[in-house]
Amino acid sequence: MRDDASTQAAISAVARRSYGKLLAYLAADMRDVSAAEDALSEAFAAALADWSVHGCPDNPEAWLMTVARRKAIDGTRRRRTGEAVADQLKVMADAEAECWEAGDDEAIPDRRLALLFACTHPAIEVAIRAPLMLQTVLGVDAKTIASAFLVSPDAMCKRLGRAKQKIREAGIPFTIPERDIWSERLQGVLDAIYAAYSLGWSDMDDADLLRRDLVEEAIFLARLLAELLPQEPETLGLLAGMLYAQARCRARRNQQGEYVPLAEQDTHLWDATMIDQAEVVLRHACTFGRIGRYQLEAALQSAHVERRRSGRTDYAPEVQLYDALYALTGSPVVALNRALAMAELEGPAAAIAVFQALADDKRLADYQPYWAARASLFARAGNRREALHAYDMAIGLACDPAVRRFLQRRQRSMLAE
Amino acid sequence: MQYLLMLFSDETAWQRLSSVEQEQGVAAYRAYTQALKEAGALVGVNRLQDTGTATTVRLVDGKSQVLDGPYVDSKEQLGGYYLIEAPDLDAALGWAARCPGAGHGTIEVRPIWAYPEQ
Repeated sequence: MRDDASTQAAISAVARRSYGKLLAYLAADMRDVSAAEDALSEAFAAALADWSVHGCPDNPEAWLMTVARRKAIDGTRRRRTGEAVADQLKVMADAEAECWEAGDDEAIPDRRLALLFACTHPAIEVAIRAPLMLQTVLGVDAKTIASAFLVSPDAMCKRLGRAKQKIREAGIPFTIPERDIWSERLQGVLDAIYAAYSLGWSDMDDADLLRRDLVEEAIFLARLLAELLPQEPETLGLLAGMLYAQARCRARRNQQGEYVPLAEQDTHLWDATMIDQAEVVLRHACTFGRIGRYQLEAALQSAHVERRRSGRTDYAPEVQLYDALYALTGSPVVALNRALAMAELEGPAAAIAVFQALADDKRLADYQPYWAARASLFARAGNRREALHAYDMAIGLACDPAVRRFLQRRQRSMLAE
Repeated sequence: MQYLLMLFSDETAWQRLSSVEQEQGVAAYRAYTQALKEAGALVGVNRLQDTGTATTVRLVDGKSQVLDGPYVDSKEQLGGYYLIEAPDLDAALGWAARCPGAGHGTIEVRPIWAYPEQ
């Protein structure tokens, strides 16, 4: 009898390393994510019983895959969804068994990419794409995802279930899309990764481990995607942008745990290695000569970190980058950020005009960064009444206690002047 | 739909804060209430006096029994509530996460029982 704890540890290690890869295989064969999940979790359960008696097999992935396929075939028969599917599964299982047995990773094409495309298919509701991707490709459990996305666990499980049902019933393909719809589909994958990332990034309170993990998972996915699609500049742009932002992670809080805005961050706390990595990735992306939203976002991040070398931020190129980004996206958030860069170049008056024009945009009404930026602009322009109200809104809409305290301090010091 | 956000926290922690910190805490709640109001989401809000002021009443064998103290004697106590209007649970959870109370305690979110219109 083996030590149960060590079996458990071995299984956890395999799950972390290979869950997505295994699930991608099963799901693509069965054209059914939930059935694949069932088969895989049965295989993991069987592993727990078997490995604690016989020891961990030499190639645990192959062992799990063989068992999961058998469970899948049983399940398909049980559900009577057709002998044909079961037979097909069997044929594929036999054909691939050798590769798995040999542990020859290179010989097995990675199907996680196909799974990523299935999870972010336009037929799937936008809001559920990132959660679905995290669950299937990375094996993050539904409860963790629910907490990060601020949704009740029950509702998250149901939504994930509905999305998987849709994949099965609508026959969403597990393939890499054709060239003609390629860019639109890739956009879906990138957007979902970015959604997971920004959720983790926006609230990085020290206690909030869940969300911090989300950042790491998103970066892992972007790296994976860049590996699987080395010829796509936007994929590289997304990865570079996330690395730039992540490099500043430690500087976002001071030693007392208080929030430090970007312009006041100590550049020595920025992770130089990560910034260098980001620069390399972004430069490589630019060699393809196909500009896109994520490359522009990364270029903006690159402009921010320029202060590390020169000691100052040059806002002129930032404004140009925002112009290009606005032309692509038409997003009010981009307009807002452009105005802030303008304020640094020409003073607050021009930016205030833009902010007044944006005030009617419903999408910004409860967008906390809008109110925080508005408060600081009006404070700089000496309009205390407007600044006071904007500070109240920014404080009231803040989720992060450190950000809330920071804004309260700013508001108080304005009043004390 | 309406949701009740019940704010549970350790009331002794509040008493331990300095007056400046308390003032800052109150201001954070005021700003949050203001944001709810401007979003058209605020239905009602109240802060409760400490549990030292609580009294419980129930009928035992037809006779009323009055006891000093809160119903549940735990470290975290109901300290106040927001009654809000939100399109769905996710929106209500979004508001709950922004509440200063989520930082120093726990917020229970419950939908209000909707009676069919008479």
